[in-house]
Amino acid sequence: MSRLRSLEALGWGVLVAVGIVAPFVVYPVFAMNVLCLALFASAFNLLLGYTGLLSFGHAAFLGAGAYVTGLAAKTWGLPTELAVLSGTAVATALGAIFGSLAIRRSGIYFAMITLGFAQLVYFLVVQMSWTGGEDGLQGIPRGKALGLFPLDQQLTMYYFVFTAFLGAFFVIHRAIHSPFGHVLRAVRENEPRALSLGYDVDRYKLVAFVLSAALAGLAGSLKAVVLQFASLSDVHWHRSGEVVLMTLLGGMGTVVGPSVGALIVVALENYLTDVGSWVTVITGAVFVVCVLSFRRGIVGEVRALVARSFTGAGRKRSSSSPSSSG
Amino acid sequence: MNLQALSGQLLVGLINGSFYALLSLGLAIIFGLLNVVNFAHGALYMMGAFAAWMMATYLGIGYWWALLLAPAVVGVIGVVIERLLLRRLYGLDNLYGLLLTFGLTLIAEGLFHHAYGNSGNSYPVPEFLQGGVRLGFVYMPIYRGWVVGVSIFVCTLSWYVIEQTKLGAYLRAGTENPKLLQAFGVNVPLMFTITYGFGVALAAFAGVMAAPVYQVTPLMGSSLVIVVFAVVVIGGMGSIAGSIVTGLGLGLVEGLTKYLYPQASSVVVFVVMAIVLLIRPAGLFGRER
Repeated sequence: MSRLRSLEALGWGVLVAVGIVAPFVVYPVFAMNVLCLALFASAFNLLLGYTGLLSFGHAAFLGAGAYVTGLAAKTWGLPTELAVLSGTAVATALGAIFGSLAIRRSGIYFAMITLGFAQLVYFLVVQMSWTGGEDGLQGIPRGKALGLFPLDQQLTMYYFVFTAFLGAFFVIHRAIHSPFGHVLRAVRENEPRALSLGYDVDRYKLVAFVLSAALAGLAGSLKAVVLQFASLSDVHWHRSGEVVLMTLLGGMGTVVGPSVGALIVVALENYLTDVGSWVTVITGAVFVVCVLSFRRGIVGEVRALVARSFTGAGRKRSSSSPSSSG
Repeated sequence: MNLQALSGQLLVGLINGSFYALLSLGLAIIFGLLNVVNFAHGALYMMGAFAAWMMATYLGIGYWWALLLAPAVVGVIGVVIERLLLRRLYGLDNLYGLLLTFGLTLIAEGLFHHAYGNSGNSYPVPEFLQGGVRLGFVYMPIYRGWVVGVSIFVCTLSWYVIEQTKLGAYLRAGTENPKLLQAFGVNVPLMFTITYGFGVALAAFAGVMAAPVYQVTPLMGSSLVIVVFAVVVIGGMGSIAGSIVTGLGLGLVEGLTKYLYPQASSVVVFVVMAIVLLIRPAGLFGRER
């Protein structure tokens, strides 16, 4: 196990190093976009990968964060940090409301309910006047970090986002490896058993849901500041599906999987912008292939490979459960 | 109070409700036996409408034949999907079925979007059903009355077949315990295929019916299917009759909202869903499983 521990420390080192170097290698806005969506997917994975709850409406939290941050920064003139915090706070509140209703049903109903609530948010955003309707909320000012460093500088903006990402990623990592995270996994594996052991299963599910919504909101808030606009596509159900794809592709129930998935999906969308509606077709096809024959995802496959070479035995873990253990 | 506007909106609501009922019925049948939440239901409904439109545009096939042929074509597509793809996922967590059909939805919508763009194509109302009648306060186009009547008829027929015939008894037995049914010598895998094909054909049938009412567009199904999911949550998938009643009822609620407070009409179904979850989490006609 200690070998795995040091492997983990190495992983963190690599992550930080890659993060610091990234804006010099790729276009900074692209890197920031990846970071935001990686955070989004990681937040989502906390729910799907570790608690076994498929939310099909996470775009609601991403979008709410983005729009409220835009409103706070542009109309209320709040400093960037406070704007991001207010976006996150609203997403958290939404998460608490939707979560407390949605956890009353489980399994596939849970997915349908969250999808319905996200659609509710979508229609509200379309209709409310301050959101700019079809045009979206444009011209969100980036402001200054700590009131000192102008974020119009791409590199400053990048490190601002990267710091926030690292912080949030650490929170997720801690949550997963805490006793709390173990209870979540117990709920995922066998809910009646967790209940009979005396855990207040609904409470754990709700806390996980709210935490996931809050971090998704943070991702949306950062994204709005980076791109300086919030648009309907952030609250659309395509976005909710996209985050499922990122998580599935990267490997659900793994810490870095969703980030890897986000990188691939964002890159794919970036390089395929010329082909128009084929992007949707290709995304759909990737989805189908993942579900049919690649359910462990990239990181899941790699980890299975590593685990096999570590133990020497060629035992293959079952890939039939929604996620292999974290 | 403006009775004419109110009854007009209620009529529109009843038509929307007919489509909710037809689609949620298909979803409930598929989910009952296959344990798959068919996200592609909306896309297949769209394909039904497009099939009718393409038959009329390229082949000169009229409404009546389309009403028969389009569901058949889409039903065959459904059979292929079940045989080649869905079949591999039985026995896994049922979220994979949802994700697979979600992917298929993206593919179908993307392909149609690529070929036909975003703009709507209109499909003419068949000659025989043109015109309208005055019913007290409200002018009702005959076609709309036809939609409501046929939907209720098809739903009732499906209910009868499932609840009262031998075939339906097999289906219900398969829903309860497919392994045991197979042990009795029934070809359950074939039943799965036929059920999916039938549910999907029902969606395409709704699509053909909808073609003259709404514009035929590649995205006509996806927002609809989300509403239908909410309808399913509200009604619960436990009973066939329940999903029919819930579908029509919610259509009426939507119509009423459009009259009282039009801004809320697009969200009212989801608000009702929230309220039902508070009061009766299993759904109006559902049972806790």
